Amino acid sequence: MFKKILIANRGEIACRVIKSARKMGIKTVAVYSDADRNALHVQMADEAVHIGPPPAAQSYIVIDKIMAAIRATGAEAVHPGYGFLSERMDFAAALEKEGVVFIGPPSPAIEAMGDKITSKKLAKEAGVSTVPGYMGLIADADEAVKISREIGYPVMIKASAGGGGKGMRIAWNDQEAAEGFQSSKNEAAASFGDDRIFIEKFVTQPRHIEIQVLADKHGNCVYLHERECSIQRRNQKVIEEAPSPFLDEATRKAMGEQACALAKAVGYTSAGTVEFIVDGNRNFYFLEMNTRLQVEHPVTELITGVDLVEQMIRVAAGEKLPFAQKDLKINGWAMESRLYAEDPYRNFLPSIGRLTRYRPPEEAATATGVVRNDTGVYEGGEISMYYDPMIAKLCTWGPDRLAAIEGMRLALDRFEVEGIGHNLPFCQAVMDHPRFVKGDITTAFIAEEYPEGFAGVELGEDRLKRIAAATAAMNRVAEIRRTRITGTLGNHERHVGDDWVVTLQGQDFPVLIAADRQGSTVTFKADGSSLRVTSDWLPGQPLARLQVDGAEIVLKVAKIPGGFRIRNRGADLKVHVRTPRQAELAKLMPQKLPPDTSKFLLCPMPGLIVKISVEEGQEVQEGQALATVEAMKMENILKAERKGVVRKINAAPGASLKVDDVIMEFE
Amino acid sequence: MKDILEQLEARRSVARQGGGQRRIDAQHARGKLTARERIELLLDEGSFEEFDMFVAHRCTDFGMEQDRPSGDGVVTGWGTINGRMVYVFSQDFTVFGGSLSETHAQKICKIMDMAMTNGAPVIGLNDSGGARIQEGVASLAGYAEVFQRNIMASGVVPQISVIMGPCAGGAVYSPAMTDFIFMVKDTSYMFVTGPDVVKTVTNEIVTAEELGGASTHTKKSSVADGAFENDVEALAEIRRLFDFLPLNNREKAPTRPFFDDPARVEASLDTLVPDNPNQPYDMKELIQKVADEGDFFEIQKDYAANIICGFLRIEGQTVGVVANQPMVLAGCLDIDSSRKAARFVRFCDAFEIPILTLVDVPGFLPGTSQEYGGVIKHGAKLLFAYGEATVPKVTVITRKAYGGAYDVMASKHLRGDFNYAWPTAEIAVMGAKGAVEILYRSELADKEKIATRTKDYEDRFANPFVAAEKGFIDEVIMPHSTRRRVARAFASLRGKKLTNPWKKHDNIPL
Repeated sequence: MFKKILIANRGEIACRVIKSARKMGIKTVAVYSDADRNALHVQMADEAVHIGPPPAAQSYIVIDKIMAAIRATGAEAVHPGYGFLSERMDFAAALEKEGVVFIGPPSPAIEAMGDKITSKKLAKEAGVSTVPGYMGLIADADEAVKISREIGYPVMIKASAGGGGKGMRIAWNDQEAAEGFQSSKNEAAASFGDDRIFIEKFVTQPRHIEIQVLADKHGNCVYLHERECSIQRRNQKVIEEAPSPFLDEATRKAMGEQACALAKAVGYTSAGTVEFIVDGNRNFYFLEMNTRLQVEHPVTELITGVDLVEQMIRVAAGEKLPFAQKDLKINGWAMESRLYAEDPYRNFLPSIGRLTRYRPPEEAATATGVVRNDTGVYEGGEISMYYDPMIAKLCTWGPDRLAAIEGMRLALDRFEVEGIGHNLPFCQAVMDHPRFVKGDITTAFIAEEYPEGFAGVELGEDRLKRIAAATAAMNRVAEIRRTRITGTLGNHERHVGDDWVVTLQGQDFPVLIAADRQGSTVTFKADGSSLRVTSDWLPGQPLARLQVDGAEIVLKVAKIPGGFRIRNRGADLKVHVRTPRQAELAKLMPQKLPPDTSKFLLCPMPGLIVKISVEEGQEVQEGQALATVEAMKMENILKAERKGVVRKINAAPGASLKVDDVIMEFE
Repeated sequence: MKDILEQLEARRSVARQGGGQRRIDAQHARGKLTARERIELLLDEGSFEEFDMFVAHRCTDFGMEQDRPSGDGVVTGWGTINGRMVYVFSQDFTVFGGSLSETHAQKICKIMDMAMTNGAPVIGLNDSGGARIQEGVASLAGYAEVFQRNIMASGVVPQISVIMGPCAGGAVYSPAMTDFIFMVKDTSYMFVTGPDVVKTVTNEIVTAEELGGASTHTKKSSVADGAFENDVEALAEIRRLFDFLPLNNREKAPTRPFFDDPARVEASLDTLVPDNPNQPYDMKELIQKVADEGDFFEIQKDYAANIICGFLRIEGQTVGVVANQPMVLAGCLDIDSSRKAARFVRFCDAFEIPILTLVDVPGFLPGTSQEYGGVIKHGAKLLFAYGEATVPKVTVITRKAYGGAYDVMASKHLRGDFNYAWPTAEIAVMGAKGAVEILYRSELADKEKIATRTKDYEDRFANPFVAAEKGFIDEVIMPHSTRRRVARAFASLRGKKLTNPWKKHDNIPL
């Protein structure tokens, strides 16, 4: 076994690899850029080597710098994580040349699976079900139309080198096929410098289901069942689970065996993932093979009990797999939520900055539930603009799917992240979505269910009442503390009453509180129903764990003028607890509308103005580019929402702006 | 007998009606509560005891004798906020537009006198069209009687004004002399002369809101210390502020049970100060992480944001905090921030509230506008305020403490009790670049030499240890232990006794 390995990555995956290596008694070497000087993976590793400035192109993906770090530290093997150099054949080759072991597949396998056309051809040859389509080079639009007709509409026109939705078109008829071919070709040439195009059947009601495979260097290959990753936003996976709620035993077995057949056909070793697209009738088609550890590998680990990183290291060291296919059973259900520094209320724009508070839920593993959090950040750390904005991968396990979902709901409720915008409320919304709970999902789930974006969660009556009861009980504790201030008028102290009105989400709940030593019974005057609340919450604590009628409820609590801000299950509520008289007077207060910002172009994220595309006095059309803001190394073009005339421009190129700073005003 | 008792109730109910239902409805339609409703929200339920409910004006001009409503446009009395005594007056806009008559003023004066005698704060809820014109000079005399009491009460009992409607002309000078002024957004305004007069005299066309609304006074003029969305929110927040304040200058600031470990370690503070000395960070994060339960009541949040002032609690006891804010103007001192902080420091000192000062200051803001504006004298106000303050003073330097601004910000030399520095502190006459340009002027052409000189200067002075060697810093502390250190420091100072030499009063450079 290796004595020392280097992890050519950063963030949570570097931390994840270090954990397994440490467990195996292997010393670890981290690499870091200037931006990651204080990063968690650097703190966790036994040694760390500085490899350059923050941009990955000048540090993490510079092969020479990684090689120098290997030489300097004497690492015997390298784990590449995912992204960066993980699927770069030249990196694997460079390591080979120096006699350093690559903890991953052999370089020919990377090469074979790296190209969409080649990989599909190989898959077909290996007997893997592929999407009907044409894989040769297509000369022109006429040929594209002819092929499309043969396959049968709808068809998908795709760039061979493509990814991330670029160079991809769906055509439902001849005209669209001709046009789509041309524009895909142009886009592919511009984006990837490779204008090869292929056409395939477009799958309806598609689900993204992938098979985890693991192969050793002794000819053994097993599959560790599937993961379903259909909850995606613009091809970025958000929530994954294992197993899939959709597969039956026969389909699972067929997919697993085909995945292994492909792995064997290309001489694959180490962990890999064969991605399939599955239609509404459980027909599955090969998409691609990822020759690395996947982001979402923890859900597989949770249902199989296999430490994939450990096995990758053991395979790389030449060991045999310690299990056979028959040993690999599915145990329970696992969920993963990817927590991103993306603001769901601002169309998931990246949000960078300091994590002023970062308290993940406690990790725990019992027979009835597991909470696991893979992360690379810490409280007081920075989400920088240079890398993937992932904060953490929160996973839960339960004996069945509903238990895993319920575990995830509570874990998300307990997860405290402040200082930056993040998608936690969105993940919470999905966990409570009836379609998701039923398992009735496709890759279009987010687009279909949140067509206008995400505007927060409206809670149902039952949960509102529970939160109302909980807040009323908490408010009572806070009010009693207020009366215990020094300097009160002896014998004439304030008495905290029992009669309150809780206002939240536009509804009033008049309640009576009967408190005793153990807790409070909150009775709703409207229907006479009551809820028993017990809690050890004390004023000022940001997280309140309460039992409401025997069920656990975890609220994020903050003080706002005259009330509480309560966050739970993706809802962000202003809650007021008032006496009936106060509530009556509060009703007289005018409803103030938020200021009209339609006359302004506001900066949607903290960033740098790179370009102002219009001039003062200029008439602009809807959709016209107004300005370009650079954030997280992304150039975001801000477009006019409606027709108008630019009255005043407030920011010049080079200016660094905050969220909601006014870039320009319209007439 | 029963009749007589009923008669009292009848009279009371008439008085409680103020200007009548029609005017009450009009008040509500404007989004405002009535004088009595406001008192209900401000005070503990059932604690209000009214004085002078049946007072009526004595004016006989312009037919005024025909209309003598009980109470005369102001509701006065006392009650409690969370059990602590407070005197309150609330002007009733439904009665003669809340205008101030001789008797109206007398009612206010009565409770102010009682507040002084009994040592309890005064809260005024202002909603008045101005002087009762029908009464002429008697009304002006009334104002002045109130002014005189504001002056006498200043520094004896806390005085808080909440502007909840119009407050114009001479009326503004009573709130102006109280300790804090708060406004309600969209429904209150304050000015010496209104838009009509402004137009006649200067030809400026301006709305009442632009001239003296909450936004103007919290952002531009600094007349107001804060603004709230509506009456209900304003009064709830005044209750919150009240719990931070002592009842009078003979008492210590109040304490209340706290549920936050005084030794709480905040590891994240170790990374608060960025590696790059020119990169800002949010000082409010430090304030919130030092405070009990993260609870912070900020004063003048929207004005001179390069300095932060407000109240927090440490071990349940009120502490006033003054902190440079690197996010705004690099946290420098200038005219506005000096004035803002000076007044806050003097309030704390007057009422025995300990002061925590958090320092990251690159110096005073340079420029003609500052010098022409008299930054010398305004900066001196803050220096003066800190120097004369005898309350416990604990200072933490997080990063820069340069030049004269170092001296000003509650330095050891101004009788600072505990002066801590983080290891990231740089206590020096100025930044390395500036210092080298002066010290090695002849070498400026040689970039390499200057770089070496700059590095040398940084190595020597860009740290807290030179000051620590001289005893100007009592100890260099770990950022993560700041709360514990500060809490222990204040605990040790609870018995502090320091008196300034006798004088009639000082002559602070106003």
